[in-house]
Amino acid sequence: MMTAAIEMKGLRKAFGQHNVLDGIDLSVPAGSIFALLGPNGAGKTTIINILSTLVTPDSGSVRVAGHDITEKESVKRSISLTGQFAAVDEVLTAEENLRMIGRLSGLTKAEARIRAAELLEIFDLTASARKRVKTFSGGMRRRLDLALSLVVNRPILFLDEPTTGLDAQSRRALWDHIRQLARNGVTVFLTTQYLEEADQLADAIAVIAGGRVVAEGTADQLKSRIGGEVVELRDQQDEIIREIPAGSSIREVKKTIDELVLTAPEGSRINIRRPSMEDVFVALTTQEREESAI
Amino acid sequence: MIAQIKPAQSASVGATHAVFIQRSILHSVRNTEALIMAIMLPIMLMLLFTYVFGGALDPGGNYVNYVVPGIILLCAGFGSSSAAVDVAGDMTNGIIDRFRTMPIRSMSVIVGHVIASLARNLVATAVVFGLALLVGFRPSAGFVEWLAAVGVITLFILAITWLYAAIGLVAGSPSAASGYGFALLFLPYLSSAFVPTHTMPAWLRGVADNQPITPIIETIRGLLTGSPIHDSAYWAVGWCALILAGSYLWASWSFHRKAGRR
Repeated sequence: MMTAAIEMKGLRKAFGQHNVLDGIDLSVPAGSIFALLGPNGAGKTTIINILSTLVTPDSGSVRVAGHDITEKESVKRSISLTGQFAAVDEVLTAEENLRMIGRLSGLTKAEARIRAAELLEIFDLTASARKRVKTFSGGMRRRLDLALSLVVNRPILFLDEPTTGLDAQSRRALWDHIRQLARNGVTVFLTTQYLEEADQLADAIAVIAGGRVVAEGTADQLKSRIGGEVVELRDQQDEIIREIPAGSSIREVKKTIDELVLTAPEGSRINIRRPSMEDVFVALTTQEREESAI
Repeated sequence: MIAQIKPAQSASVGATHAVFIQRSILHSVRNTEALIMAIMLPIMLMLLFTYVFGGALDPGGNYVNYVVPGIILLCAGFGSSSAAVDVAGDMTNGIIDRFRTMPIRSMSVIVGHVIASLARNLVATAVVFGLALLVGFRPSAGFVEWLAAVGVITLFILAITWLYAAIGLVAGSPSAASGYGFALLFLPYLSSAFVPTHTMPAWLRGVADNQPITPIIETIRGLLTGSPIHDSAYWAVGWCALILAGSYLWASWSFHRKAGRR
Protein backbone atom coordinates (compact mmCIF):
# COMPACT_ATOMS: atom_id res chain seq x y z
CA MET A 1 0.00 0.00 0.00
CA MET A 2 1.27 3.45 -0.88
CA THR A 3 1.22 5.87 2.03
CA ALA A 4 2.01 9.54 1.88
CA ALA A 5 5.53 10.38 2.99
CA ILE A 6 4.82 14.09 2.83
CA GLU A 7 1.46 15.86 3.03
CA MET A 8 0.74 19.59 2.91
CA LYS A 9 -2.70 21.11 3.27
CA GLY A 10 -3.42 24.82 2.95
CA LEU A 11 0.19 25.70 3.60
CA ARG A 12 0.78 29.44 3.91
CA LYS A 13 3.82 31.53 4.71
CA ALA A 14 4.42 35.26 4.46
CA PHE A 15 7.64 37.14 5.06
CA GLY A 16 6.48 40.60 6.08
CA GLN A 17 3.93 41.80 3.53
CA HIS A 18 4.99 39.27 0.91
CA ASN A 19 2.96 36.05 0.61
CA VAL A 20 5.57 33.51 -0.36
CA LEU A 21 3.25 30.52 -0.11
CA ASP A 22 -0.41 31.13 -0.74
CA GLY A 23 -2.19 27.87 0.08
CA ILE A 24 -0.19 24.84 -1.06
CA ASP A 25 -1.79 21.37 -1.12
CA LEU A 26 0.52 18.52 -2.08
CA SER A 27 0.88 14.84 -1.30
CA VAL A 28 4.00 12.77 -2.01
CA PRO A 29 3.74 8.95 -1.95
CA ALA A 30 6.46 7.08 -0.05
CA GLY A 31 9.29 5.78 -2.19
CA SER A 32 8.69 8.13 -5.12
CA ILE A 33 10.70 10.96 -6.64
CA PHE A 34 8.74 14.19 -6.51
CA ALA A 35 9.87 17.34 -8.30
CA LEU A 36 8.80 20.85 -7.42
CA LEU A 37 9.29 22.89 -10.54
CA GLY A 38 9.26 26.64 -10.57
CA PRO A 39 11.14 29.84 -11.38
CA ASN A 40 13.29 31.75 -8.90
CA GLY A 41 11.19 33.26 -6.15
CA ALA A 42 8.29 30.84 -6.64
CA GLY A 43 8.57 29.57 -3.06
CA LYS A 44 10.40 26.29 -3.70
CA THR A 45 13.10 26.83 -1.09
CA THR A 46 10.54 28.04 1.45
CA ILE A 47 8.63 24.76 1.05
CA ILE A 48 11.84 22.74 1.51
CA ASN A 49 12.73 24.85 4.57
CA ILE A 50 9.30 24.26 6.11
CA LEU A 51 9.38 20.51 5.42
CA SER A 52 12.86 20.24 6.93
CA THR A 53 11.84 22.15 10.13
CA LEU A 54 13.97 25.24 9.40
CA VAL A 55 11.01 27.57 8.94
CA THR A 56 7.68 27.55 10.79
CA PRO A 57 4.61 27.90 8.54
CA ASP A 58 1.99 30.56 9.27
CA SER A 59 -0.93 28.19 8.74
CA GLY A 60 -1.89 24.87 7.21
CA SER A 61 -1.12 21.31 8.22
CA VAL A 62 2.12 19.61 7.26
CA ARG A 63 3.02 15.98 7.93
CA VAL A 64 6.42 14.50 7.20
CA ALA A 65 6.97 10.74 7.60
CA GLY A 66 3.74 10.55 9.56
CA HIS A 67 4.74 13.22 12.08
CA ASP A 68 3.26 16.67 12.36
CA ILE A 69 5.90 19.26 11.48
CA THR A 70 5.75 20.68 15.00
CA GLU A 71 7.22 17.42 16.33
CA LYS A 72 10.61 18.63 15.16
CA GLU A 73 12.78 15.95 16.73
CA SER A 74 10.77 13.08 15.20
CA VAL A 75 10.76 14.77 11.81
CA LYS A 76 14.52 15.37 11.96
CA ARG A 77 15.07 11.67 12.59
CA SER A 78 13.31 10.87 9.29
CA ILE A 79 14.87 13.39 6.91
CA SER A 80 18.10 14.62 5.47
CA LEU A 81 18.60 17.86 3.59
CA THR A 82 20.91 18.85 0.78
CA GLY A 83 20.34 22.57 0.59
CA GLN A 84 20.73 24.98 -2.27
CA PHE A 85 24.16 26.12 -1.13
CA ALA A 86 26.51 23.17 -0.80
CA ALA A 87 26.25 22.30 2.89
CA VAL A 88 29.83 21.16 3.28
CA ASP A 89 32.63 22.33 5.55
CA GLU A 90 35.22 23.85 3.23
CA VAL A 91 38.02 23.85 5.78
CA LEU A 92 37.78 20.10 6.37
CA THR A 93 38.63 17.33 3.92
CA ALA A 94 35.96 15.23 2.23
CA GLU A 95 36.70 12.35 4.58
CA GLU A 96 36.58 14.57 7.67
CA ASN A 97 33.22 15.97 6.55
CA LEU A 98 31.76 12.48 6.22
CA ARG A 99 33.18 11.30 9.53
CA MET A 100 31.90 14.41 11.29
CA ILE A 101 28.35 13.88 10.01
CA GLY A 102 28.64 10.16 10.85
CA ARG A 103 29.56 10.95 14.45
CA LEU A 104 26.79 13.55 14.70
CA SER A 105 24.34 10.95 13.38
CA GLY A 106 25.18 8.63 16.26
CA LEU A 107 27.72 6.31 14.63
CA THR A 108 30.75 5.25 16.63
CA LYS A 109 34.18 6.45 15.47
CA ALA A 110 34.89 3.11 13.78
CA GLU A 111 31.48 2.97 12.07
CA ALA A 112 31.85 6.55 10.89
CA ARG A 113 35.26 5.79 9.40
CA ILE A 114 34.00 2.72 7.52
CA ARG A 115 30.89 4.53 6.28
CA ALA A 116 33.00 7.49 5.09
CA ALA A 117 35.23 5.17 3.06
CA GLU A 118 32.18 3.48 1.48
CA LEU A 119 30.56 6.74 0.47
CA LEU A 120 33.81 8.19 -0.90
CA GLU A 121 34.04 5.10 -3.11
CA ILE A 122 30.41 5.27 -4.28
CA PHE A 123 30.62 8.97 -5.13
CA ASP A 124 33.99 8.64 -6.83
CA LEU A 125 35.78 10.87 -4.33
CA THR A 126 38.32 8.39 -2.94
CA ALA A 127 41.23 10.05 -4.77
CA SER A 128 40.33 13.42 -3.22
CA ALA A 129 39.37 12.10 0.21
CA ARG A 130 42.23 13.88 1.98
CA LYS A 131 41.96 17.16 0.11
CA ARG A 132 40.26 20.15 1.65
CA VAL A 133 36.83 20.79 0.17
CA LYS A 134 37.87 24.40 -0.60
CA THR A 135 39.81 23.01 -3.59
CA PHE A 136 36.85 20.97 -4.96
CA SER A 137 35.02 21.65 -8.24
CA GLY A 138 31.26 22.34 -8.21
CA GLY A 139 30.47 18.76 -9.24
CA MET A 140 32.67 17.24 -6.52
CA ARG A 141 31.11 19.50 -3.89
CA ARG A 142 27.63 18.47 -4.93
CA ARG A 143 28.55 14.77 -4.84
CA LEU A 144 30.03 15.19 -1.36
CA ASP A 145 26.95 17.17 -0.33
CA LEU A 146 24.68 14.31 -1.42
CA ALA A 147 26.99 11.74 0.22
CA LEU A 148 26.70 13.68 3.50
CA SER A 149 22.92 13.33 3.32
CA LEU A 150 23.26 9.55 2.99
CA VAL A 151 25.60 8.82 5.89
CA VAL A 152 22.72 7.19 7.73
CA ASN A 153 19.54 5.92 6.17
CA ARG A 154 16.77 8.47 6.46
CA PRO A 155 13.54 7.62 4.64
CA ILE A 156 13.04 11.11 3.17
CA LEU A 157 15.63 13.13 1.28
CA PHE A 158 15.22 16.81 0.38
CA LEU A 159 17.29 18.17 -2.49
CA ASP A 160 17.05 21.90 -3.17
CA GLU A 161 18.14 22.54 -6.76
CA PRO A 162 20.66 19.71 -6.67
CA THR A 163 22.19 20.30 -10.09
CA THR A 164 22.10 24.09 -10.45
CA GLY A 165 25.46 25.24 -11.78
CA LEU A 166 26.69 21.78 -12.77
CA ASP A 167 27.92 20.75 -16.21
CA ALA A 168 25.93 18.17 -18.20
CA GLN A 169 28.15 15.24 -17.22
CA SER A 170 28.07 15.96 -13.46
CA ARG A 171 24.33 16.49 -13.72
CA ARG A 172 23.79 13.06 -15.28
CA ALA A 173 26.02 11.40 -12.69
CA LEU A 174 24.00 13.00 -9.90
CA TRP A 175 20.73 11.94 -11.55
CA ASP A 176 21.93 8.32 -11.54
CA HIS A 177 22.63 8.53 -7.82
CA ILE A 178 19.19 9.99 -7.14
CA ARG A 179 17.44 7.25 -9.17
CA GLN A 180 19.40 4.61 -7.28
CA LEU A 181 18.20 6.06 -3.97
CA ALA A 182 14.58 5.88 -5.04
CA ARG A 183 15.06 2.24 -6.06
CA ASN A 184 16.24 1.63 -2.49
CA GLY A 185 12.97 2.99 -1.18
CA VAL A 186 13.99 6.54 -0.26
CA THR A 187 11.39 9.23 -0.89
CA VAL A 188 13.12 12.03 -2.80
CA PHE A 189 11.62 15.52 -2.78
CA LEU A 190 13.56 17.84 -5.05
CA THR A 191 13.21 21.33 -6.43
CA THR A 192 14.43 22.37 -9.84
CA GLN A 193 14.23 25.13 -12.41
CA TYR A 194 14.81 22.68 -15.25
CA LEU A 195 11.92 20.97 -16.99
CA GLU A 196 14.31 18.33 -18.31
CA GLU A 197 15.46 17.44 -14.81
CA ALA A 198 11.91 16.95 -13.57
CA ASP A 199 11.16 15.01 -16.76
CA GLN A 200 14.18 12.71 -16.32
CA LEU A 201 13.80 11.99 -12.63
CA ALA A 202 10.38 12.54 -11.22
CA ASP A 203 7.42 10.20 -10.88
CA ALA A 204 5.26 13.24 -10.20
CA ILE A 205 5.77 16.95 -10.74
CA ALA A 206 4.13 19.99 -9.24
CA VAL A 207 4.64 23.33 -10.95
CA ILE A 208 4.52 26.29 -8.63
CA ALA A 209 4.48 29.99 -9.45
CA GLY A 210 3.75 32.90 -7.17
CA GLY A 211 3.35 30.64 -4.14
CA ARG A 212 0.63 28.47 -5.66
CA VAL A 213 0.51 25.08 -7.36
CA VAL A 214 -0.40 25.84 -10.97
CA ALA A 215 -0.16 22.28 -12.32
CA GLU A 216 0.39 18.78 -11.05
CA GLY A 217 0.93 15.43 -12.71
CA THR A 218 3.47 13.24 -14.47
CA ALA A 219 5.91 14.73 -16.96
CA ASP A 220 3.81 13.48 -19.88
CA GLN A 221 0.60 14.91 -18.48
CA LEU A 222 2.21 18.32 -18.06
CA LYS A 223 3.73 18.33 -21.51
CA SER A 224 0.41 17.53 -23.11
CA ARG A 225 -1.07 20.55 -21.34
CA ILE A 226 1.67 22.80 -22.65
CA GLY A 227 1.48 21.49 -26.21
CA GLY A 228 4.25 20.47 -28.56
CA GLU A 229 6.89 22.30 -30.56
CA VAL A 230 7.42 26.03 -30.64
CA VAL A 231 8.20 27.76 -33.93
CA GLU A 232 10.40 30.82 -33.60
CA LEU A 233 10.39 33.42 -36.34
CA ARG A 234 13.67 35.37 -36.52
CA ASP A 235 14.68 38.40 -38.58
CA GLN A 236 17.95 38.88 -40.47
CA GLN A 237 19.72 40.02 -37.30
CA ASP A 238 18.62 36.73 -35.68
CA GLU A 239 16.31 38.56 -33.26
CA ILE A 240 13.10 36.73 -32.40
CA ILE A 241 10.06 38.37 -34.00
CA ARG A 242 7.39 35.88 -32.90
CA GLU A 243 7.09 32.59 -31.05
CA ILE A 244 4.21 30.36 -32.08
CA PRO A 245 3.17 27.20 -30.19
CA ALA A 246 2.68 24.67 -32.98
CA GLY A 247 1.38 21.42 -31.53
CA SER A 248 3.37 18.20 -31.63
CA SER A 249 2.57 16.45 -34.94
CA ILE A 250 4.40 17.12 -38.20
CA ARG A 251 1.10 18.12 -39.77
CA GLU A 252 0.45 20.79 -37.14
CA VAL A 253 3.98 22.16 -37.39
CA LYS A 254 3.75 22.28 -41.19
CA LYS A 255 0.43 24.10 -41.00
CA THR A 256 1.93 26.71 -38.69
CA ILE A 257 4.90 27.23 -41.01
CA ASP A 258 2.66 27.45 -44.08
CA GLU A 259 0.67 30.22 -42.43
CA LEU A 260 3.88 32.00 -41.43
CA VAL A 261 5.23 31.97 -44.98
CA LEU A 262 2.35 34.20 -46.04
CA THR A 263 3.06 36.93 -43.50
CA ALA A 264 6.77 36.63 -42.67
CA PRO A 265 8.99 39.47 -43.90
CA GLU A 266 11.55 38.79 -46.63
CA GLY A 267 14.80 37.24 -45.30
CA SER A 268 13.37 35.95 -42.02
CA ARG A 269 14.26 32.48 -40.75
CA ILE A 270 12.57 29.94 -38.51
CA ASN A 271 13.72 27.64 -35.72
CA ILE A 272 11.73 24.77 -34.24
CA ARG A 273 12.33 23.87 -30.61
CA ARG A 274 10.82 22.05 -27.67
CA PRO A 275 8.90 24.17 -25.16
CA SER A 276 11.21 25.84 -22.67
CA MET A 277 10.64 26.31 -18.99
CA GLU A 278 9.43 29.81 -19.74
CA ASP A 279 6.83 28.51 -22.19
CA VAL A 280 5.63 26.14 -19.48
CA PHE A 281 5.15 28.96 -17.04
CA VAL A 282 3.60 31.28 -19.54
CA ALA A 283 1.20 28.53 -20.61
CA LEU A 284 0.35 27.33 -17.11
CA THR A 285 0.08 30.68 -15.41
CA THR A 286 -2.08 32.15 -18.20
CA GLN A 287 -4.29 29.07 -18.08
CA GLU A 288 -4.67 29.54 -14.35
CA ARG A 289 -5.52 33.22 -14.75
CA GLU A 290 -8.10 32.43 -17.42
CA GLU A 291 -9.65 29.70 -15.31
CA SER A 292 -9.94 31.92 -12.27
CA ALA A 293 -11.45 34.68 -14.41
CA ILE A 294 -14.38 32.49 -15.44
CA MET B 1 24.62 0.36 -5.37
CA ILE B 2 24.34 2.60 -2.38
CA ALA B 3 24.50 0.44 0.71
CA GLN B 4 22.00 1.26 3.38
CA ILE B 5 22.97 1.75 6.95
CA LYS B 6 20.53 1.29 9.78
CA PRO B 7 19.13 4.45 11.31
CA ALA B 8 21.39 5.06 14.25
CA GLN B 9 20.59 6.26 17.71
CA SER B 10 20.98 10.01 17.83
CA ALA B 11 24.39 11.22 18.92
CA SER B 12 24.66 11.96 22.65
CA VAL B 13 25.10 15.54 23.82
CA GLY B 14 28.65 14.71 24.89
CA ALA B 15 29.57 13.21 21.51
CA THR B 16 27.97 16.17 19.70
CA HIS B 17 30.02 18.65 21.72
CA ALA B 18 33.19 16.62 21.22
CA VAL B 19 32.68 16.58 17.44
CA PHE B 20 32.06 20.33 17.24
CA ILE B 21 34.99 21.19 19.50
CA GLN B 22 37.26 19.03 17.37
CA ARG B 23 35.91 20.70 14.24
CA SER B 24 36.53 24.21 15.55
CA ILE B 25 40.04 23.33 16.71
CA LEU B 26 40.82 21.95 13.24
CA HIS B 27 39.48 25.22 11.80
CA SER B 28 41.75 27.21 14.15
CA VAL B 29 44.84 25.17 13.34
CA ARG B 30 44.22 25.37 9.59
CA ASN B 31 43.61 29.12 9.55
CA THR B 32 47.35 29.77 9.48
CA GLU B 33 47.25 33.57 9.18
CA ALA B 34 44.93 33.98 12.15
CA LEU B 35 47.03 31.54 14.18
CA ILE B 36 50.26 33.39 13.44
CA MET B 37 48.59 36.69 14.35
CA ALA B 38 47.24 35.22 17.59
CA ILE B 39 50.77 34.26 18.64
CA MET B 40 52.67 37.21 17.14
CA LEU B 41 50.45 39.97 18.51
CA PRO B 42 51.08 39.14 22.19
CA ILE B 43 54.81 38.96 21.54
CA MET B 44 54.85 42.31 19.75
CA LEU B 45 52.68 44.02 22.37
CA MET B 46 54.78 42.64 25.19
CA LEU B 47 58.00 43.94 23.62
CA LEU B 48 56.39 47.26 22.62
CA PHE B 49 55.08 48.06 26.10
CA THR B 50 58.21 46.89 27.89
CA TYR B 51 60.92 48.43 25.74
CA VAL B 52 59.24 51.33 23.89
CA PHE B 53 56.72 52.75 26.39
CA GLY B 54 58.09 51.13 29.53
CA GLY B 55 61.11 53.43 29.90
CA ALA B 56 59.00 56.59 29.76
CA LEU B 57 56.19 55.29 31.97
CA ASP B 58 58.47 53.94 34.68
CA PRO B 59 62.15 54.90 34.36
CA GLY B 60 62.93 52.39 37.12
CA GLY B 61 62.35 49.53 34.66
CA ASN B 62 59.53 48.10 36.75
CA TYR B 63 56.79 48.71 34.19
CA VAL B 64 56.80 45.10 33.01
CA ASN B 65 55.44 44.03 36.42
CA TYR B 66 52.61 46.54 36.06
CA VAL B 67 51.65 45.85 32.46
CA VAL B 68 51.52 42.03 32.15
CA PRO B 69 47.82 41.66 33.19
CA GLY B 70 46.86 44.41 30.72
CA ILE B 71 48.62 42.71 27.84
CA ILE B 72 46.99 39.40 28.70
CA LEU B 73 43.52 40.96 28.60
CA LEU B 74 44.28 42.91 25.45
CA CYS B 75 45.45 39.72 23.72
CA ALA B 76 42.52 37.71 25.05
CA GLY B 77 40.15 40.34 23.65
CA PHE B 78 41.89 40.25 20.30
CA GLY B 79 42.11 36.44 20.21
CA SER B 80 38.45 35.98 21.15
CA SER B 81 37.29 38.40 18.48
CA SER B 82 37.96 35.76 15.83
CA ALA B 83 35.12 33.74 17.40
CA ALA B 84 32.73 36.39 16.02
CA VAL B 85 34.17 35.91 12.53
CA ASP B 86 34.06 32.10 12.79
CA VAL B 87 30.46 32.06 14.03
CA ALA B 88 29.30 34.56 11.39
CA GLY B 89 31.06 32.47 8.74
CA ASP B 90 29.18 29.34 9.81
CA MET B 91 25.85 31.13 9.96
CA THR B 92 26.17 32.41 6.38
CA ASN B 93 27.20 29.00 5.01
CA GLY B 94 24.85 26.18 3.99
CA ILE B 95 26.38 23.82 6.55
CA ILE B 96 24.36 25.38 9.37
CA ASP B 97 21.13 24.18 7.69
CA ARG B 98 22.49 20.65 7.64
CA PHE B 99 23.27 20.81 11.36
CA ARG B 100 19.88 22.31 12.15
CA THR B 101 18.00 19.57 10.32
CA MET B 102 19.84 16.79 12.16
CA PRO B 103 18.45 15.38 15.41
CA ILE B 104 21.14 17.06 17.51
CA ARG B 105 21.37 20.12 19.72
CA SER B 106 22.63 22.35 16.89
CA MET B 107 23.62 25.19 19.22
CA SER B 108 26.61 22.96 20.06
CA VAL B 109 28.27 24.28 16.91
CA ILE B 110 28.62 27.62 18.73
CA VAL B 111 29.91 25.87 21.87
CA GLY B 112 32.57 24.28 19.65
CA HIS B 113 33.79 27.70 18.52
CA VAL B 114 33.78 29.03 22.09
CA ILE B 115 35.84 26.14 23.47
CA ALA B 116 38.31 26.31 20.57
CA SER B 117 38.68 30.06 21.18
CA LEU B 118 39.28 29.39 24.88
CA ALA B 119 42.02 26.88 24.01
CA ARG B 120 43.66 29.29 21.52
CA ASN B 121 43.64 32.13 24.03
CA LEU B 122 45.04 30.05 26.86
CA VAL B 123 47.97 29.16 24.59
CA ALA B 124 48.45 32.85 23.76
CA THR B 125 48.29 33.66 27.49
CA ALA B 126 51.00 31.08 28.17
CA VAL B 127 53.14 32.72 25.47
CA VAL B 128 52.69 36.12 27.13
CA PHE B 129 53.66 34.75 30.54
CA GLY B 130 56.71 32.97 29.10
CA LEU B 131 57.93 36.05 27.26
CA ALA B 132 57.16 38.28 30.25
CA LEU B 133 59.39 36.17 32.47
CA LEU B 134 62.16 36.48 29.88
CA VAL B 135 61.97 40.29 29.77
CA GLY B 136 62.00 40.74 33.53
CA PHE B 137 58.52 39.98 34.91
CA ARG B 138 58.98 38.85 38.52
CA PRO B 139 55.64 37.73 40.00
CA SER B 140 55.38 37.17 43.74
CA ALA B 141 52.46 34.74 43.43
CA GLY B 142 52.46 31.32 45.06
CA PHE B 143 50.71 28.27 43.62
CA VAL B 144 47.27 29.22 44.91
CA GLU B 145 47.57 32.80 43.59
CA TRP B 146 48.66 31.50 40.17
CA LEU B 147 45.72 29.11 40.10
CA ALA B 148 43.32 31.93 41.04
CA ALA B 149 44.84 34.28 38.44
CA VAL B 150 44.53 31.67 35.68
CA GLY B 151 40.97 31.03 36.87
CA VAL B 152 40.04 34.71 36.52
CA ILE B 153 41.73 34.91 33.11
CA THR B 154 39.85 31.78 31.93
CA LEU B 155 36.56 33.21 33.17
CA PHE B 156 37.27 36.49 31.36
CA ILE B 157 38.14 34.72 28.08
CA LEU B 158 35.01 32.58 28.33
CA ALA B 159 32.79 35.60 28.97
CA ILE B 160 34.23 37.73 26.19
CA THR B 161 34.23 34.81 23.72
CA TRP B 162 30.51 34.25 24.30
CA LEU B 163 30.01 37.97 23.78
CA TYR B 164 31.88 37.76 20.46
CA ALA B 165 29.92 34.61 19.52
CA ALA B 166 26.67 36.55 20.08
CA ILE B 167 28.03 39.42 17.97
CA GLY B 168 28.90 36.87 15.26
CA LEU B 169 25.33 35.56 15.38
CA VAL B 170 23.66 38.93 14.92
CA ALA B 171 26.16 40.24 12.35
CA GLY B 172 25.09 39.77 8.75
CA SER B 173 28.49 38.62 7.51
CA PRO B 174 31.97 37.69 8.76
CA SER B 175 33.37 41.12 7.82
CA ALA B 176 30.54 42.90 9.66
CA ALA B 177 31.25 40.68 12.69
CA SER B 178 34.88 41.68 12.55
CA GLY B 179 33.90 45.36 12.40
CA TYR B 180 31.53 45.26 15.39
CA GLY B 181 34.05 43.27 17.40
CA PHE B 182 36.75 45.84 16.80
CA ALA B 183 35.10 48.43 19.05
CA LEU B 184 35.44 46.17 22.10
CA LEU B 185 39.20 45.98 21.64
CA PHE B 186 39.57 49.57 22.89
CA LEU B 187 38.14 48.85 26.34
CA PRO B 188 41.46 47.81 27.92
CA TYR B 189 43.03 51.17 26.96
CA LEU B 190 40.35 52.97 28.98
CA SER B 191 41.16 51.04 32.15
CA SER B 192 43.97 50.64 34.63
CA ALA B 193 45.64 48.19 32.25
CA PHE B 194 48.46 50.44 31.07
CA VAL B 195 48.44 53.45 33.40
CA PRO B 196 46.87 53.94 36.86
CA THR B 197 43.46 55.58 36.53
CA HIS B 198 44.40 58.45 38.90
CA THR B 199 46.63 59.85 36.13
CA MET B 200 43.56 60.36 33.90
CA PRO B 201 41.30 63.45 33.76
CA ALA B 202 38.44 63.19 36.29
CA TRP B 203 35.67 62.48 33.73
CA LEU B 204 37.68 59.72 32.09
CA ARG B 205 38.66 58.34 35.45
CA GLY B 206 34.99 57.86 36.25
CA VAL B 207 34.61 55.75 33.11
CA ALA B 208 37.83 53.81 33.67
CA ASP B 209 37.16 52.99 37.33
CA ASN B 210 33.65 51.72 36.67
CA GLN B 211 34.10 49.61 33.57
CA PRO B 212 34.58 45.81 33.83
CA ILE B 213 38.19 45.67 32.66
CA THR B 214 39.62 47.68 35.59
CA PRO B 215 38.58 45.36 38.46
CA ILE B 216 39.61 42.31 36.40
CA ILE B 217 43.05 43.87 35.78
CA GLU B 218 43.42 44.87 39.44
CA THR B 219 42.50 41.36 40.58
CA ILE B 220 44.98 39.62 38.26
CA ARG B 221 47.70 42.16 39.09
CA GLY B 222 47.06 41.75 42.80
CA LEU B 223 47.21 37.96 42.60
CA LEU B 224 50.41 37.95 40.56
CA THR B 225 52.41 40.82 42.07
CA GLY B 226 50.82 41.33 45.50
CA SER B 227 49.36 44.80 44.84
CA PRO B 228 46.20 45.56 46.92
CA ILE B 229 43.05 43.96 45.49
CA HIS B 230 40.39 45.38 47.89
CA ASP B 231 36.91 44.51 46.56
CA SER B 232 38.09 44.21 42.92
CA ALA B 233 37.89 40.42 43.04
CA TYR B 234 34.13 40.48 43.66
CA TRP B 235 33.61 43.04 40.91
CA ALA B 236 35.80 41.06 38.54
CA VAL B 237 33.96 37.77 39.05
CA GLY B 238 30.61 39.55 39.07
CA TRP B 239 31.27 41.38 35.79
CA CYS B 240 32.54 38.19 34.12
CA ALA B 241 29.52 36.18 35.32
CA LEU B 242 27.16 38.92 34.14
CA ILE B 243 28.79 39.21 30.70
CA LEU B 244 28.89 35.42 30.40
CA ALA B 245 25.24 34.90 31.32
CA GLY B 246 24.00 37.86 29.26
CA SER B 247 26.02 36.87 26.20
CA TYR B 248 24.98 33.23 26.43
CA LEU B 249 21.30 34.20 26.56
CA TRP B 250 21.75 36.70 23.74
CA ALA B 251 23.56 34.06 21.65
CA SER B 252 20.92 31.34 22.24
CA TRP B 253 18.11 33.73 21.48
CA SER B 254 19.77 34.93 18.27
CA PHE B 255 20.63 31.39 17.21
CA HIS B 256 17.03 30.23 17.45
CA ARG B 257 15.55 33.41 16.04
CA LYS B 258 17.78 33.19 12.99
CA ALA B 259 16.57 29.68 12.14
CA GLY B 260 16.01 29.31 8.44
CA ARG B 261 16.89 32.88 7.57
CA ARG B 262 20.00 33.65 5.67
